[in-house]
Amino acid sequence: MNYNKKTFCLFAGPIIVAFLMVLVIPLLIGVYYSFTEWNGRMDQVPDFIGLSNYIAIIKDEGFRNAFIFTAKFTVVSVIVINAIGFSLALLVTKKLKISNFMRTIFFMPNLIGGLILGFIWQFIFMGVFQTIGEITGWTFFQGWLADANTGFWGLVIIMVWQMSGYLMVIYIAALQNIPKSLLEAAEIDGANGWAKTRHIIFPMVAPAFTISMFLTLANSFKLFDQNLSLTNGGPGGSTEMLALNIYKTAYTFTNYGAAQAKAVVFFLLVASITMVQVYVNKKKEVEM
Amino acid sequence: MKSKQNSRILLYIVGVLTSILFISPFYILIVNAFKTKRELFGSTLTLPKEWMLDNFKVALNKLSFLWIGKNFSMEGFFGSALFNSMFITITSTILIIIFSSMAAWILVRTKSKVSNIVFYMFIAAMLVPFQAVMLPLVAFMGRLGLQNRLGIIFMYLGFGSSFSIFLYHGFIKSIPVSLEEAARIDGCGPWKVFWKIIFPTLKPIHVTVAILNTIWIWNDFLLPQLMINKKGTQTIPLKMYLFFGGYSKQWHLAMAGLLIAVIPIIIFYFFAQKHIIEGVTAGSEK
Repeated sequence: MNYNKKTFCLFAGPIIVAFLMVLVIPLLIGVYYSFTEWNGRMDQVPDFIGLSNYIAIIKDEGFRNAFIFTAKFTVVSVIVINAIGFSLALLVTKKLKISNFMRTIFFMPNLIGGLILGFIWQFIFMGVFQTIGEITGWTFFQGWLADANTGFWGLVIIMVWQMSGYLMVIYIAALQNIPKSLLEAAEIDGANGWAKTRHIIFPMVAPAFTISMFLTLANSFKLFDQNLSLTNGGPGGSTEMLALNIYKTAYTFTNYGAAQAKAVVFFLLVASITMVQVYVNKKKEVEM
Repeated sequence: MKSKQNSRILLYIVGVLTSILFISPFYILIVNAFKTKRELFGSTLTLPKEWMLDNFKVALNKLSFLWIGKNFSMEGFFGSALFNSMFITITSTILIIIFSSMAAWILVRTKSKVSNIVFYMFIAAMLVPFQAVMLPLVAFMGRLGLQNRLGIIFMYLGFGSSFSIFLYHGFIKSIPVSLEEAARIDGCGPWKVFWKIIFPTLKPIHVTVAILNTIWIWNDFLLPQLMINKKGTQTIPLKMYLFFGGYSKQWHLAMAGLLIAVIPIIIFYFFAQKHIIEGVTAGSEK
């Protein structure tokens, strides 16, 4: 069953036009502009300067720090969010009377946009933590967003609050797909809780693990809104992540050619890291 | 048996404590939105002594949440943040559903090199972060005169296409061709076949696509910030950002503003909860 070209264009045409105009053309223009001294506008042809923007990236300390910070943040948040998301899924599938209530609560933060979420938590880290610090007398709670180290953990905490409920939903679906008979058979064979988890539950949820890792990895690496509203990269650029660094290079320092070169590097990083992750995870799935 | 009961009690304790931990930011948001500036800094954790409704009056105004201008009018509503957010989210989502399902169907049913290339182009685009196209997009759309509400809807259609086509594509593959063949023998053209037979059978996946796109577009900040930063066209996140910049020292107003901004999506959640959870599950199964 095949349709002619006219029908094909009628059905696929509109969205292909939008896709080309919004994604493909800007991407190609962007790659070209990364080799120029671009001023952010399109009414004149900018000077071609070859690899200068890219060479400048290597020397750019701000970008390097942003990369290190982003990489660290991504590793930590992927591990923590997945561990908590999986634990929440185990908890709510235990058939407690409050299971449905818990599902509702754990998923709720996901609906709130990253920007608004960052503002809410800015108040918690500044106002509420301050209050707790005063009540308990622990200095641990003071000045969370005024320090690079605690700022890092602040970002991790808000990502965990936002995303672990989402992963919980994915893991619940995977856990419910495990055939009951398999677990019962293992019990008859005398497997204890840990043995069941390790030999049945983990392998059975491996595909969900691939997706959850992909989502957390991509989201953490590309994080922008939360970063902007929680710390705005401060203090002194110490919590600035890659996306925010690119944004500021363009709009604060009006260095569009350099920002676009960074954006191309960013694209290559995101694409290769996520592809490698999916490849590695998929391979593991087959082995199990 | 005794240890089993004990472990259930332990589970309840863990469950309740975790729930409290997850819900506490909402509690903090609510109680502090009703406090006076003075009270807020003395005690951030307690209930307000006196529930201040004035905070909301000021915040509603400053956010242009329900109307723009001095007093409420229908005209003023069409420039409000709530209207802009709703208009942009709903229109974009509907267009994404219509055009992605059309494209996905023809891509599945046409076995040609071109259709393969087009499909993989859409899939590959999921790896492109927004920042990679952000700057040229602003310049390009500015030049075309599309930095407005209609322009941004068009952009959401382009950005939403990849994932939505991917979801439809997977589902359509499982629909037997025989269903369509019968209709074609009866003399239906492709247009009729799609709208009469295919589109209605896609209902579960429409719901998934609608929900995932709604949440994303409703919450999106950067694209509106770059494209529709004009008075009377701004969405809720954008208004919130501007509001926050101006009132960051006045936490009582800021908290009221944040609470107002959160309410619509929470209402949406309680009405569509079942579908949201199902949508997220379906959307993540690859």
